[in-house]
Amino acid sequence: MLWPRLARALLSRPIAEPVALPPDSTVAALVARLEAASAARLGRSLAIRHVDAGSCNGCELEVHATSNLLHDLERFGLRFVASPRHADVLLVTGPTTRNMAEALAIAFAATPDPKWVVAAGDCAVDGGVFKGSPAVAGGTGAVLPVDLLIPGCPPSPMALIEGLVALLVANAAPERAGQEKGPTA
Amino acid sequence: MSALALIRAAPQVASQRHLLTAEAWSALPAALADDPEVIFLGLWAEPGCVHAAFLHPEDGVPVIASTLGETYASLAQARPGAGLMERAARDLWGVDAVDAPDRRPWLDHGRWPMTAPMGPRPLPRSGAAPQPQFRTAEGEGIHIIPVGPIHAGIIEPGHFRFHVQGEVVVRLEARLGYVHKGILGLMRAKSPRAAVQFAARVSGDSTVAHALAFCRAAEAATETPAPPRAVALRAVMAECERLANHLGDWGAICNYAAFAWPLAQAGLLRERMLRACEAAFGHRLMMDRVLPGGVATDLGAAGAAALRAVLAEVAAETPALLRIYETHASLQDRVVGTGLISTSLAARFGAGGVVGRASGRGFDARRMPGYAPYDAIDFTVPVLPSGDVDARVRVRVAEIEASLRLVARLLDALPTGPIHIPLPIRAGEGLAMTEGFRGDVLHWLRLDDGGLIEASFIRDPSWFHWPLLEAAIEGNIVADFPIINKSINASYSGVDL
Repeated sequence: MLWPRLARALLSRPIAEPVALPPDSTVAALVARLEAASAARLGRSLAIRHVDAGSCNGCELEVHATSNLLHDLERFGLRFVASPRHADVLLVTGPTTRNMAEALAIAFAATPDPKWVVAAGDCAVDGGVFKGSPAVAGGTGAVLPVDLLIPGCPPSPMALIEGLVALLVANAAPERAGQEKGPTA
Repeated sequence: MSALALIRAAPQVASQRHLLTAEAWSALPAALADDPEVIFLGLWAEPGCVHAAFLHPEDGVPVIASTLGETYASLAQARPGAGLMERAARDLWGVDAVDAPDRRPWLDHGRWPMTAPMGPRPLPRSGAAPQPQFRTAEGEGIHIIPVGPIHAGIIEPGHFRFHVQGEVVVRLEARLGYVHKGILGLMRAKSPRAAVQFAARVSGDSTVAHALAFCRAAEAATETPAPPRAVALRAVMAECERLANHLGDWGAICNYAAFAWPLAQAGLLRERMLRACEAAFGHRLMMDRVLPGGVATDLGAAGAAALRAVLAEVAAETPALLRIYETHASLQDRVVGTGLISTSLAARFGAGGVVGRASGRGFDARRMPGYAPYDAIDFTVPVLPSGDVDARVRVRVAEIEASLRLVARLLDALPTGPIHIPLPIRAGEGLAMTEGFRGDVLHWLRLDDGGLIEASFIRDPSWFHWPLLEAAIEGNIVADFPIINKSINASYSGVDL
């Protein structure tokens, strides 16, 4: 009984009725709503991976302090993540030592595009007081393309937050769409 | 002959230093093994010369043994704390402890442009860095977990190699040196005033303790003590640094047991401490405030009031925080009995600070003779015997209470007068120890006739804490590593130099 029916159905035209495509104006409105929603939900958010490339640990104390109750970094949509693979931003502290240069380059390569590199602290800016030591390659810029510099020894938590929020605001600017690299500060 | 008698029998070449013949030095390891009382403080080198510092607990005056030559008899069998320093001395100065139990490189990863950069003949190097050699562990089902150098948090870089059987850590080996910045090389040929910025950045969390030890060493070398007001202000800064760090560590340890509330509360108190320090001394971490000959900034009335206010707040909050720490079984379950360091092991390594005092070793550099202003103030040094994470938390809490009283007393009796005197330009040699929040910090330096640094050495307490971390994790589960690591909280930058 079943087989003849199946054979007939295979040879005949589908009986599902055609549907008219929505008008272009509706499609355009939907696209706009989706973009607005994703910008609202995702645009004001950056995942940060911190890398100490040779710091004295002073910068780490102040990076930690950005998360305490008085600074509460997460309210800006900024949060620290455990892997460069989850990150939008590499926050690099310390001069880049020769012993850390390769690890830093690997972390950068593991970070998906689009990505930004923030060099935080005088040492990350240009090597700081350790400039010229044969054990130090230089600032973060000696190894990676740097998008934002936050000076200070160490930069205060407020200076760090200001810099990161500036990156976030720049990131949300409309002209960024489709760019490979974010704007520099 | 006892070890110290052996050293003191050799000709004295500086106020605290004796030059031993190679034969006399070769007798040192056996003499030290027979004399467990003698505390090993540190080992370092210069081109063609090795130094080791010791302390007898009874007289409390450090003494340095030196010997000439490119090779020397290893002290690591008699004092295991010397092991990493002998490896570092070989990497930096090219001097070799020929009979050392472990002669693998330590700071030198094969990535510097030359070998033995501080030695008499640095040789250029090229080519790829070699793969590091790790200690092994054998047994059924053992597997390796390599972690780092970049860790999954906001923390300094280092590589941890775990050998694990099931959930249990059989062996941990730490490989450090990633943040080696060449600090000792940068200090050479600079005046103490120019070089103090490096001392202040050996380990940022101990910037006051390191700068203070460096400055006191420079002041000893030039026989120019800092004025009394500067001495008192330095102690205020050192105790504020201890308070801020202990508060931060206390919260972080609880957080690693997934109990986040103390991190929030202790983090808030820490932040208030740092803000008071900024109001009082012009910098949250008090970096570059301690200078050779005194301090950079005087304490005004508003600054003193800010400090008193934060002391009162911390004093008011600490008992409640401690009660919560003590009464949550889920937290106590994670900290009590975890990460044991036995009293004998702490004594053998000469562990200082919280790590030593939580394992029955009560050494505190503030008790050393002539360490003003502590020699004129009565203060408690808490010591506990149990050696677990809980003991290290409780020693921190007791030290918070002791430091609160100390700062209040120092502020009540601040001497008047100048806060700085310039050091004379002259030759000399000096060693000084201070008590940072981690433990005793040692700085040694020698100045030439022009008052410039000819040679120096910096020993953070972490040199002895890293090997103890490897011991403390043994037999614990992998998941307890972060909490054990944080309870010890050794500095990476402090030992990588």
